[in-house]
Amino acid sequence: MSPRARTLAIYAGILAVAIAAPWIAPAIVVQMAFLWLMVLFALTWDVCGGQMGYNSFGNVVFFGFGMYVCAVLQRDSGLAYFHAMFLGMGLGALASVAIAAILGPAMLGLRGPYFAIGTLGLGVAAADLAAAIEYVGAGSGMAPPVFPGGAGGSARFYYYVLMVLAMAAFLVLRWLYSRRFGLALNAIRDDEDKAEAMGLRTTRYKVVAWCIAAFFLGLAGGPTGNLAGFIDPRELAFAGPTFGVWMVLMAMLGGRGTIWGPVIGAAIFHVTQELFWTYLLGWQRVAMGLVIVLIVLFFPRGIMGWLRERWPQRFARGVAR
Amino acid sequence: MSLLEVSRVRKTFGGVVANDDVSIAVPAGAIVGLIGPNGSGKTTLFNSIVGYHAIDKGSIRFEGRELARLRVPQIARLGLIRTFQQTRVYGEMSALSNMVVSIPVARAGFASMFAGFARETVERAESLLEFVGLAEKRHLLAGDLSFGQQKLLEFAMALMAEPKMLLLDEPTAGINPTLINGLIERLQRANAEMGVTLLVIEHNMRVMMGLAQRIYCLAHGQLLAEGTPAEIMNDQRVIEAYLGGH
Repeated sequence: MSPRARTLAIYAGILAVAIAAPWIAPAIVVQMAFLWLMVLFALTWDVCGGQMGYNSFGNVVFFGFGMYVCAVLQRDSGLAYFHAMFLGMGLGALASVAIAAILGPAMLGLRGPYFAIGTLGLGVAAADLAAAIEYVGAGSGMAPPVFPGGAGGSARFYYYVLMVLAMAAFLVLRWLYSRRFGLALNAIRDDEDKAEAMGLRTTRYKVVAWCIAAFFLGLAGGPTGNLAGFIDPRELAFAGPTFGVWMVLMAMLGGRGTIWGPVIGAAIFHVTQELFWTYLLGWQRVAMGLVIVLIVLFFPRGIMGWLRERWPQRFARGVAR
Repeated sequence: MSLLEVSRVRKTFGGVVANDDVSIAVPAGAIVGLIGPNGSGKTTLFNSIVGYHAIDKGSIRFEGRELARLRVPQIARLGLIRTFQQTRVYGEMSALSNMVVSIPVARAGFASMFAGFARETVERAESLLEFVGLAEKRHLLAGDLSFGQQKLLEFAMALMAEPKMLLLDEPTAGINPTLINGLIERLQRANAEMGVTLLVIEHNMRVMMGLAQRIYCLAHGQLLAEGTPAEIMNDQRVIEAYLGGH
């Protein structure tokens, strides 16, 4: 089989399983929907964190902002349920991109640990802001409108929405990484001063990269809020200590700077986490913390990085990479 | 009019005067050398030219255009590219990727960010790698190349950007002596065949004699002498500066 045919076969297989999953395992549809969300988290984090070398701990801001924009629109627009939801998703994404475009030039002027700390601050500030604004329910959160088709229907519907978003993110990023865009991000990661000395418009690339991450995170916010059924500013929308950190860990575990790494990392991380919740209840956070330490210690370059070192022929970069 | 005109540049760091009243001129198409003992202010002058730091006094003009207020990438996009003394390449990318990402970006619009790689671009990258003798290494990670090979790669990347002028900071430092002749020949070919004007910092006098048409010598941040290689070689002040006459 040619490599192209093999790739297509793999994609078709994943797509088939993904579509059938809610019917095969109806009891865990919500968890599987969150799996797609985790894949999207890791993929979008890796745009800046892996490909470009800018470790953001604040990407959750775009997610939460998209969620709130969608929820407010659903509450106040008076549109029918699905119209309001999809319009809210789109507006949420646009609002998140706008935030990334406005904050980007200043934030992405920070390098290394300063960028990480700065974005961490953004996340904390956003959570506290949302928890203080009465218009969006302040600390007591918001409840999106009830799904018209019953609880099971809601889970299945949002499972498919998040699945499509994660797959779209994967395909768009895969395409971008195969273009000049991907190489420019890698150049910035490897030596930003050199890239500037070569005349590269580094700020433009950095801001656009962050905006792309913000776009998909903003899109994902709305459906996640609806899936959860209740929007808590700190526990769901701007959940820095959980989602914000997990994004980083999942990408690291799978292998940052690769397209499959974040996907694999997210899958392993999410399944592990669900198992901990099931079998180690009460100790799940301790176990998760231990896993995090082990990841950093033994898989600093992630699974894909390890595979590449082990079998460079098979997992090497593409022609121009 | 010269392609690059540095006139009466002064640059201080705190109380240290790194460059004082330095004027050099590089005519289009020329190969000009810049020599001087360690700490004489050569690299500082380079950094001033390419916009790494603001100068205190004087002016730097490239094609008649003042550079003093422009930033590093803007100056690079005018066609004035520098290489680094401590070689800098994109370590986690293949040599070929290092090349194709270095295409000229002066007129590149927003959409070009998402462009693919034209066949001509890849071919040009490969032929330039061949030009510097790295064709066989094109799929290796740049970070895995030896220091000398990285230096050659950096030179090829600079050529890939189609500069009008190249500022080379010690291009032969750390390169195997037997390869130096080959490098000199390549610098000359880049100058003659690709029309790239060169301003070269170099410690190796033998290299300078064979390469430069005109040489400026700095000492203690000031211009000590200028002239043809033969004149510089026989200039008593230059000899003293190098042998530690001060």
